[in-house]
Amino acid sequence: MDLSNFMMMYQELGLLVVFVVLLLFDICAGETRGMRWFRPVAIVLFALHTAAGFFCPVPAGEAFGGMYVSNPLTVLMKNVLNLGVLVVFLQAGAWLHGKETAIREGEYYVITLATLLGMYLMISAGNFMLLYIGIELASLPTACLAAYNKYKAKSAEAGAKYILMSTLASGVMMFGLSYLYGAMGTMYFADMRPLVTADWMTLLGFCFFFAGLAFKISLVPFHMWAPDVYEGAPTATTAYLSVVSKAAGCFALLLTLHHVFGNIAQVWYYILWVITVLTIVVGNIFAIRQQDIKRFFAYSSISQAGYIMLGVLHGTEMGLSAVIYYVLVYLFSNMAAFGVIASVENRTGRTDIAAYNGFYKSNPRLALVMMLAVFSLAGIPPLGGFFSKFFIFASAAAEGDYVLVFIALVNTIISLYYYLRIVKAMFINAPEGGIGERIRTDGYNCVSLVGCTAGILLAGILSGLYGYIGSVGF
Amino acid sequence: MISMEHYLIVSSIMFFVGIYGFIARKNLLGVLISIELILNSVEINFSVFNRYLYPDHMEGLFFSLFGIAISAAETAVAIAIIINVYRLANNIDVRHIDQMKY
Repeated sequence: MDLSNFMMMYQELGLLVVFVVLLLFDICAGETRGMRWFRPVAIVLFALHTAAGFFCPVPAGEAFGGMYVSNPLTVLMKNVLNLGVLVVFLQAGAWLHGKETAIREGEYYVITLATLLGMYLMISAGNFMLLYIGIELASLPTACLAAYNKYKAKSAEAGAKYILMSTLASGVMMFGLSYLYGAMGTMYFADMRPLVTADWMTLLGFCFFFAGLAFKISLVPFHMWAPDVYEGAPTATTAYLSVVSKAAGCFALLLTLHHVFGNIAQVWYYILWVITVLTIVVGNIFAIRQQDIKRFFAYSSISQAGYIMLGVLHGTEMGLSAVIYYVLVYLFSNMAAFGVIASVENRTGRTDIAAYNGFYKSNPRLALVMMLAVFSLAGIPPLGGFFSKFFIFASAAAEGDYVLVFIALVNTIISLYYYLRIVKAMFINAPEGGIGERIRTDGYNCVSLVGCTAGILLAGILSGLYGYIGSVGF
Repeated sequence: MISMEHYLIVSSIMFFVGIYGFIARKNLLGVLISIELILNSVEINFSVFNRYLYPDHMEGLFFSLFGIAISAAETAVAIAIIINVYRLANNIDVRHIDQMKY
């Protein structure tokens, strides 16, 4: 072993440096005036780390005997996650400066970085043990983030539900892994790939493993935790869960399905097909009746996960780039929406949809951002969301899966109904019951909202972006 | 002679008892204990497969060791959160933790 193995891990190491610096800063500054600088330092350091991911080339290859895999694809996936975390950091500050959380401000950033490290390992894993450790590292601290509002019963409830559900999911997943190990005698992806056959032990192991991972992405039979946790958790955590955490799970599922279980594709194709349809339909139908906007976005994100699975299903080059592009656009749209929700919640403490009645009259600019975000999620043509949906449907249609594409299209139309409910509340409804006051967003949040809006508007128009993603193959 | 199948039967029973407990227990700590049963059944599985089927490599045993460490971490986080639930609700009965349901 030589040091070049570590060079492959420079994104992990860079993240670790940021993590340690912020942890020491938090410990040393304590409650002194130095903490004023914590947030700018955290954001600048993490922005540098993100930029390094985009601009520094990474040597491709395997490290530590195939335990860790690095190639342009994993780097791209990590960069997408980095962008999401950067936006979360920009949006979380206003809430963290509140009375209850100010004393624990630094921890939030540190814990979030710990989960991000876990997601890196999930994506770069070349062995199921590393994948498992990555998933645990990603989900345990997330429970702390969900329970971060220490004096709110809802937050504690969300944390308890998340930790119990995710532990059960990882237990089920490990049970599956143990049977896969029993069937094949190895945990390395590269060694397992040729050994995978459709015998009962492998299939049993695969089903349990898939169920565990589907919990993390909240695909439909395993989605019950998502609305509760999304509603109760602090809004910054909800944004983090619905975008970054879900994206990491999707990437890990994509990579394991095609790198390890490629031989039994005809088996899991039907499982995933049914689950995709269920996810899209159930997510859409339940979103219609929600009154709480965070819960509403929970169901919306469940159905969006279903659309992402459309690209995962076939594992073609086209599907792969469509998935990454979809996640990127989804990141911009959902983060823009959550930025608005967070500013409204910080000012007024309200998260019901009725609070947005007449929102356009009092806050025209925030209403515009929210409208663009919601239109992009629904897939209205000039925005990024339309193109991401188009590419992902095209990737499924290219493989002749017309029934699935038809079902997804019908559901896109259904989803337009409930997305427009929010737009109607903001622009058409009388302002009765609305917040009716002007909300000032702080500078950081403004930056994140402008960035996300630019992403929504430009992602579809700048075709170079999709071309760049498409150039990074398996 | 105890064969591999006997161990697998025991671990499967443990696993499904854990699943049943997760659904049926009314106390959050009971739920947590049920999850521990699940995790322990997995560790038995790994050790047994390693010992009987692939005795020349240690991969399964390593996985069990990591699993034990991680399940300890999980318990620590879960108990911290359950204590917080108790402080806010004066109760850790799952039937009372139903603020968000529909």
